[in-house]
Amino acid sequence: MEQPENPDPAAHGSSRPAAQALLGRRRYLSRGEPSDDGRVILRCDDSLGEEFYRDRWRHDTEVRSTHGVNCTGSCSWKVFVRDGIISWETQAVDYPETRPGMPDHEPRGCPRGATFSWYVYNPSRVRYPYVRGVLLDLWHQARADHDDPVDAWASIMADPGKAGSYKEARGRGGFVRATWDEAYEIIAAAHVHTIKEHGPDRVAAFTPLPAMSPVSYTSGSRYMALTGGAHLSFYDWYADLPPSSPQVFGDQTDVPETAEWWNSSYLVVWGSNIPVTRTPDSHFMVEARYRGQKVVVVAPDYAEHTKFADDWLHVAPGSDSALAMAMGHVILSEFHVRDRVPGFLEYVKTYTDMPFLVTLEAHDDGAYLPGRFLTAADLGEGVDDAAWKTVLVDSRTADPVVPNGSLGFRWSESGKGRWNLDLGDVDPALTFLDGEHDAVQVQFPRFDVDPAGVLLRGVPARRVGGHLVTTVYDLLLAQYGVARDGLPGQWPGGYDDAEHPYTPAWQEQLTTVPAEVVERVAREFAHNAQITGGRSMIVLGAGINHWFNSDVTYRAIITLLVACGCIGRNGGGWAHYVGQEKIRTFTGWVTLAHALDWSRPPRQCNGTAWFYLATDQWRYEVYRADELSSPLAKGLFEELAPIDCLSQAVRMGWQVTYPTFDRNPLELADEARRSGRPVGEYVADSLRDGSLRFAIEDPDDPANFPRLMFLWRANVLGSSGKGHEYFLRHLLGARDNASAAETPPDRRPRDVVWRNDAPEGKLDLLVNLDFRMTSSCHFGDIVLPAATWYEKYDLSMTDMHPFVHSFNAAIDPPWEARSDWDAFKGLAEVFSTLAAKHLGVRADLVATSLQHDSPGEIAQPGGAVRDWRSGDVEPHPGVNMPALALVERDYGTVHEKLTSLGPLVESVGIGTKGVQWKPAAAVEWLREANERVVSGVGDDRPRLETAEHVAEAILALSGTTNGALAHEGFRQLEERVGRPLAHLVDGERDRHIRWSDAQIRPQKTLTSPEWSGNESGERQYSAFTINVEELKPWHTLTGRMHSFLDHDWLAEYGEQLPIYRPPLNMPDHYPEIAELGSDSVVLRYLTPHSKWSIHSEYQDDLVMLTLHRGGPTMWLSVEDAGRIGVRDNDWLESWNRNGVVDCRAVVSPRIPEGLCYVYHAKDRHVETPRNERTGSSGGTENSLTRILIKPTHMIGGYAQLSYGFNYYGCTGIQRDEVCVVRRRGQDVSFG
Amino acid sequence: MRVRAQLMMVMALDKCIGCHTCSVTCKQAWTNRNGTDYIWFNNVETKPGIGYPQQYEDQERWHGGWALDRRGRLRLRAGGRINKLLHIFANPDLPVIDDYYEPWTYDYSHLISAPLSDAPPVISARSKLTGEPTRLKWGVNWEDDLGGAHERLGQDPNIAGLEEQIRLDYENVFMFYLPRICEHCLNPSCVASCPSGALYKREEDGIVLADQNKCRGWRFCVSGCPYKKVYFNHVTGKAEKCTFCYARVEDGMPTICAETCVGRIRYIGVVLYDLDSVTAAASVPQDRLVETHRELLLDPHDPRVMSEAERGGVPFDWIEAAQRSPVYALACDLRVALPLHPEYRTMPMVWYVPPLAPVVHGLGSIGYDTEDPDAVFAAIEHMRIPIDYLANLLAAGDRGQIEEALRKQLAMRSFKRQEQLFGRGDTRTIAEAGLNPEQLEHLFRLLGLANYSERYVIPTSHREDAGALQTEHSGTDFPGNHYRDKKGRLRLRVRPE
Repeated sequence: MEQPENPDPAAHGSSRPAAQALLGRRRYLSRGEPSDDGRVILRCDDSLGEEFYRDRWRHDTEVRSTHGVNCTGSCSWKVFVRDGIISWETQAVDYPETRPGMPDHEPRGCPRGATFSWYVYNPSRVRYPYVRGVLLDLWHQARADHDDPVDAWASIMADPGKAGSYKEARGRGGFVRATWDEAYEIIAAAHVHTIKEHGPDRVAAFTPLPAMSPVSYTSGSRYMALTGGAHLSFYDWYADLPPSSPQVFGDQTDVPETAEWWNSSYLVVWGSNIPVTRTPDSHFMVEARYRGQKVVVVAPDYAEHTKFADDWLHVAPGSDSALAMAMGHVILSEFHVRDRVPGFLEYVKTYTDMPFLVTLEAHDDGAYLPGRFLTAADLGEGVDDAAWKTVLVDSRTADPVVPNGSLGFRWSESGKGRWNLDLGDVDPALTFLDGEHDAVQVQFPRFDVDPAGVLLRGVPARRVGGHLVTTVYDLLLAQYGVARDGLPGQWPGGYDDAEHPYTPAWQEQLTTVPAEVVERVAREFAHNAQITGGRSMIVLGAGINHWFNSDVTYRAIITLLVACGCIGRNGGGWAHYVGQEKIRTFTGWVTLAHALDWSRPPRQCNGTAWFYLATDQWRYEVYRADELSSPLAKGLFEELAPIDCLSQAVRMGWQVTYPTFDRNPLELADEARRSGRPVGEYVADSLRDGSLRFAIEDPDDPANFPRLMFLWRANVLGSSGKGHEYFLRHLLGARDNASAAETPPDRRPRDVVWRNDAPEGKLDLLVNLDFRMTSSCHFGDIVLPAATWYEKYDLSMTDMHPFVHSFNAAIDPPWEARSDWDAFKGLAEVFSTLAAKHLGVRADLVATSLQHDSPGEIAQPGGAVRDWRSGDVEPHPGVNMPALALVERDYGTVHEKLTSLGPLVESVGIGTKGVQWKPAAAVEWLREANERVVSGVGDDRPRLETAEHVAEAILALSGTTNGALAHEGFRQLEERVGRPLAHLVDGERDRHIRWSDAQIRPQKTLTSPEWSGNESGERQYSAFTINVEELKPWHTLTGRMHSFLDHDWLAEYGEQLPIYRPPLNMPDHYPEIAELGSDSVVLRYLTPHSKWSIHSEYQDDLVMLTLHRGGPTMWLSVEDAGRIGVRDNDWLESWNRNGVVDCRAVVSPRIPEGLCYVYHAKDRHVETPRNERTGSSGGTENSLTRILIKPTHMIGGYAQLSYGFNYYGCTGIQRDEVCVVRRRGQDVSFG
Repeated sequence: MRVRAQLMMVMALDKCIGCHTCSVTCKQAWTNRNGTDYIWFNNVETKPGIGYPQQYEDQERWHGGWALDRRGRLRLRAGGRINKLLHIFANPDLPVIDDYYEPWTYDYSHLISAPLSDAPPVISARSKLTGEPTRLKWGVNWEDDLGGAHERLGQDPNIAGLEEQIRLDYENVFMFYLPRICEHCLNPSCVASCPSGALYKREEDGIVLADQNKCRGWRFCVSGCPYKKVYFNHVTGKAEKCTFCYARVEDGMPTICAETCVGRIRYIGVVLYDLDSVTAAASVPQDRLVETHRELLLDPHDPRVMSEAERGGVPFDWIEAAQRSPVYALACDLRVALPLHPEYRTMPMVWYVPPLAPVVHGLGSIGYDTEDPDAVFAAIEHMRIPIDYLANLLAAGDRGQIEEALRKQLAMRSFKRQEQLFGRGDTRTIAEAGLNPEQLEHLFRLLGLANYSERYVIPTSHREDAGALQTEHSGTDFPGNHYRDKKGRLRLRVRPE
C-alpha cells in the first residue's frame, strides 16, 4: 500500500504545534519518516523489523493432542513443533458444531493446559529410569550373589536390615540413574517373588480416570489383571463419587454435558466453581445468561463464579443440606401440597418411589418408625423374586398393585418384557390422605440439635396385606415438615418458624442465608420448572461432595429436582461435575483394561478401604461407628469401630478388599483342590471354623500386608492421599509429621486385631511411571520415565462434551521416556520370562463383592443384615459372603495375552450395566485393521501390539463409537424391557468411529445402552432422558428414583430420607486445640480445587507459579488474619494431629471468617519450608487430613446398594477437618 | 478526509471468567525468552486492584499518555522534546523492575539430583535476574481474586473519590477481571515518545509495533505509554510490545489471546477511521472523549466513507470486513463497548463491554420485584460493582455511558427470558434500554452465540504486490543472466561478483 500524496499537511486538522514539536524531535534523532500529518509515524513496509516476530511464529507442524490430566476438560489442542522441538500449544477450534442458535464448544482449554509444553523440557522432567541408590546397591550386591533375579530379590526381602535400609530412605532423595533393563528386572523379580510368597492380591495397582487416556490406563491395569493383582478404584477414593447417585439413581453418575446449561433457564451452581474447575465450558453458563437464564450461586466465598450470580447464597461451610431441606420445604409446601401442580405430581408418580408403600414399625409410645418397602412377598404372592417387587396402591381401586419395573422384574424369568415403567391403567396414589386412612405418628431423627433429637410427625397410614403402611410421599412430606390438615405432630407454624425443621427461618440459623432469599429462590426454581417442563438445573460439585455427610446433602438437593420434574429433561436435572468419570467407550475400555477378554473376574476394590487398611489410619480413629447413629437406631453399631463395620461388610460380600484372606490365594486354591470339595464350600467352612481368616481382621499381620504397588498416571502421595503422613509412616516407613495419639484402648476395634507394635514400611516396592517428579516419585523406590501427553497415542473423552478425540505424538518420547503402553509391555515381557520359571500355571482363588447390575444385587433381600458370623445363617459364597471363583493363570503367557485380544470377547460376550453383546463382526474387523497374531496363545486373534491398536479396539468394541453394537445392545434390552428401544439408534447404526477419525477431528459419540441419555443427532446429552421418554427403569429396587432407602444400616444412621446432618464435630475430638494461645486460631480446613493446577499437575509449573504467588498458599479472611497478626503474604504454620503445613497467607475480604482454603493438591516439593517444630518440611494439603469412612457407604448385596468398581464404596472425604493456624517465624529455610 | 483501516479488539468483560488462558498462550508464544521473563504482552488484572505494573493507571505518578495544555492543545504528559532530551539517560517516569516484579524460577533439577538427605527435596524461588534466593513479594497477578485487596484499596486510582461508597468487606465485596493487551492506539503516545522512530503504526491495519532493528533502547515508549504495555527486554536492550499477532492476523487468524480465550470474550474486526480527525478527536474536553472517539470510527455502510476508503487504498475486502465488523457493532452501533481510560487521550483501540455484577446483596431480596415470580433479575442500580468505578475505568467518569451499556445487557437478558419462557419478549423492555429488535438480536448473537466466524472478521493482508511473488509466479521480471550460444542453446552466464 502506498501513501497517498498529501501536498498540504495543514489540511489535515492536526494540532500543529504539538505535532511540529514531535516532528522536529524525530527528525533530530531519527532517520525514519514520519507520517505527513506529523503526529504519528505510519509505516507500511515489509521491513526487517517485523521479521523477528514472524520468525518466532514460524513452525513446521501442528499436531492434535490433549492432556491426560485428571480433569473433566478433555480439550483438544494444537501442538506446534519446530525443528523437532515442541514450541507451544493452542486450543483446537474444530469441534463439530452444536446446532444453529446455540454456542459452539470452541475453544476448549484452560491456562493450565496451555502451559503443558513447559513440562516437556523442564529440568525436573524424568528422563531416565531412576532407582534409589540404597536399593540399587543392594540389588547389585544381591545379583552378584544370585544368578536368578527372583532369588536375588528374595535375598533382600529375607534380610530385615537390608529391607529396612531402603525403606527408611524413601522420600529423602538419593536417586541414581538405571537402565530400563535393570529397572524391569528388579520390578519383575519383585512381582514374581511377591506372587509366589504372598499372593497376587498383595500387589496393588492405582491409576485413575480412564476417560482421560484409556489406553494408558489399560497398559498397567491389563498387566495387573493378567497377573491377578488388585486394582484400586479412584472415583470413590477421590470423593468424587457422589454416593447419592447409586442411592437415588442406581447409577454411578450420569449427568448432562455442559452445553446443556444453555438449555436451562434456571441454573443453581452449588459447591462448584465453574470458571475454575470447568474452565473450558463455563462460557455456556455465561452465555446462557444472555438467553435469560437466571444463575444462583451457593458458595461460602465470593469466588469466580459468584461474580456471575443473580443471587449469592453464602452458605456456611458444610451446612448445605439445611439450605436444601428448607428449599424442599418451600417447594413441597407450595407446589405439591398447596397447588398440586399436575405436571409435578404425574412426574413423581411415574418416575419415583414416592407412591410406593413402606411399612411402619411400632416404636415408643404408640409412635412408629419407617420400616421397609412393602413387597409382593409381604402380600404372600408366590411369584419369582417376590421380595424384590415393590408395591403401590392404585388410587382408582384403592387396591395394592405390583407394578412393572422393580428389580424383581430384572433378573427373573417372569420379568422378561416387564421391566419397564409403564403403569398402564394404574394411577398410583401418592398419599393416603385423600382416602381412607389412619393418622399415625412417626418418629424422625433430627441432627440440628446436639445431642440429636426426635421429631414426631403424622402420616396417613393404611393396612395392606396385614401390614400398616404409608407411602414414601407421605413420609417425605412429614420429614420436610410440610403440615397437612388432619395430621398430628410437631409442625412448623410457617416459614418464619425457626424452631421446627426444615423451614427457611430454621435454616438461616445454620447457613446464615436469609430466610427470605431461600424462600424466593426456591419458589423461582420450582416456578421456572413448572412453566418450562423441568428446565431447572443444579450444578453440584466438590464443595459439597467432599464432606462426610455429602450423600444426604446431595439427596436433599436431588429431591428439589425430582419434586419439580427436572431429572431426565433436557435443560434440567442434576449436574454433578467432580471427576472425569465418564468413559464414553465404556465397554471396549473395560474389556481391555481388566483383561476380560482373557479371564474373569478381575480383582477390583474400593480404593478408600484399601488405603485405610494399608496406611493404618484406622489406628487413629477418634470416632466410634455408633457416635453418628440416629437416636432411633437399633444399636447395630454399638461397640464397633469403623473398621469393624468394614470387616463385617467384607465378610458379608458387600465390599471385598485385597489381600482378602490371610494366605496366598494360589495356595488356598491348591488347598481347596486337595480337599476334593467345591471351592466355595471349602472356603466357607474354613472361615466358619476359623482355620481361614479375612485379612482385614488383622491388617497389621505381616501375612496381610500389601507388598507391591504400581502407580502410573497418578500421584497418591502428593495429591489424593488423605492422611498423607500416615502413608509415610505405615505404608512406606518414611519419616512423618503426624502427632496423633493412637485410639485409646476403650475405643479400639471389637472384631479386628489390635497389635501393639504398628508396622512401618509395609510396602516392599513402590514403582512410579511418570514424567514429573511428584511426591509419589520422591517416596517411591523406582521411577520410570513416561512419555508426556504430546509424545504418545491415546483417546480422550469426558461427560462435559459429547466427543471422543485423540492424543497424538507431536514428537516421539525424548531421552529414554516410553509411553505407558510400551513401558508395561516391556515389563510384561520380562515378567513372563521369570514367571514361566517360578510360577508356571496356577489356579488363583479370586474373591469378589456382590456386584451391582448382576444377579448379585438380589442376594440380600429387604436390606436386612444377616451376618453369618452370628451363627444364625450359613455362609454361602455369592449370597452372604464374597463370591469366589478359580481363575487359571498361565504366568508365562502374560505378555502374549497383553498384546492380543482374547477370545472371551465374542465367546462369552462383553457389555456393561447388564447389557451384553457378542461382537463377532467387530473382532473380525479388528483382525484386519490391527492385523492378526500368528503364534502363541493369541494365535489368530487381533493384535494389540501398539497403543494405536488398543485405541482402535476400544472404539470398535463400544456402542458409543460402533453403532451396530449400540443397536445390538438396545435390541437385547428390548427383550427385558418389553418396549421398543432400538429405534433410538436407527440413524446411527452404520456409524463406526475409527481411530483415524478421532485423529482428524473430535467425533461426536453415539447413543448407546451404555448410558442413559439420548444424544442422537444434534441433541445434547442429558442423563436419564431414555428412562423418562422410553419408560426404561432406573437400576434401583423400585426401578424408579429413590427418596427412601430402607437398608438396616441407613436406618441406623437415620438417613432413610433426605435430612440435614452437620459437619463432623472435629473440635470435640481434638482436646489439644482447646488450650491454644491468642496467637492461634482454629479454622475449618477446606481444600478446593486450584485455580493454578489440576490437582498436583501444573502446581510446580513455572508459568502457573508465576501467575499467582509462586508457591502454596492459604486463603484467610481479613478478620481471622487480623486475630493472629497475619498480613497478606506472611508465612504461616497450620497444624492438627495429622500433620503440619507451612505456606504463605493470602488474606482477602472475599473469604468469610472461620474457614481457610489450601488449594488441593499442592504436593510438597515447591516453596515448602521446614516446619519450626518438627524440622521436617511442611507437608501437602493432605498432611492435615485423614481418611474417615462412613458405614453406609459399605453396604452391598442390596439392589442399587451393591458394589461396583468406582460405583459404590467408601469415599475419601476431607472437608470436615479443622486446623490451627498461626503466624510462624518469617525466616524460612528449605530442603 | 483520509480513511484508514484499523484492526480493533473488543473484550466483553461480563464474559470474562478470569482464567488467564490468554496470558499463558500469549506468553508461551511470544515472551518466554530470556529478557522477557517479566513481560506479559497480555495480562489479566483483578479489579479493584493496582495492576501490573503497580498503579500503572496513576498518571500523576507516571506521566504517561497525553494531556491538554492550558491552551487546549494536545501534548505528551511527560513533556516535549527539550524535557525528553534532558532526561534521556535518567528518565524519572520509568518503572523499575519491582514495579512489575522480579522474575523468578526454581532449581528444578534438584528434584532429580538431590542426594540422600534428612528430608524430602524442596525447591525454592530464585531470582531470574540475580540467581539469588528470593522472597516473593509481587507478581504479574499477585492480586488475583482480591488477594490482599484490603491492604491496597486506596492505591487503585479508579477508587479515588469513591472511598465513601466502596467497601470491600465480605458482605459487599465485588470484583471483575480486566484482561489487557496493547491498545494499538490511534494516537499512540509510545510512538510519539520514541526518539529513534522505532515505534510505528502500520498504515494498513493500525497495529503499533516496535521495530527490533531500529530500537535503541531509550525506553521513552515504556514511560510514554499510559497503559505500560511497552516493555524493555533487558537482554536484547530493545523495547518489545504486543504485536497484535500480526504474523497471524495477516493470514486471517485471530490473535493468540483471542483465539484461545475460553470465555469467548474477545472480538476482532476492522474499523474505518479518518486519519485527519484523530488529533482533533483526541483534544476534545474530557466529557466528550468517548462520543468523539465513537464518531471517529466511520460508518462503513456510508457510501462516502466507502468511496473515500477505496480512494485511500483500503482494499475492497477490508471495507467489506468493516461492514461485518463485530467490534464496530459493539462499539458504535450497539454502543455497549467503551475505551479503557479514554482520558489518556491516546484513542485506544481495545474496548470493553462493562461487566454486569448481578449478584445483588448477600442479606436479602433488595432489588427484586417479589410480587412477580418471573421477574428474576435485579435492576442495575442495585448491582455490586459501583457504576462510578466502571465510569472511572471506561468512560472518563461518565456514568451515563456505563449505565447505557449495562442497561442494554440487562434488557437483553430480560427480553430473552420472556422469549424462551413465554414465546415472545416485550419490546418495551428493550426500547427503554435503547435497543430495537434487530439490534437486540445482533447483540444476542454476538455476546450469546459468539460464533467463531462472527467473533473474528479478519481480512487477510494484501501482500500480492510483494516483489518476489511476481517473479515466482510468471512475472516478467527476467533475471537477465541467460544468453543463447552460437548454436541457439540457452546458457547461464556465470559472473563472479
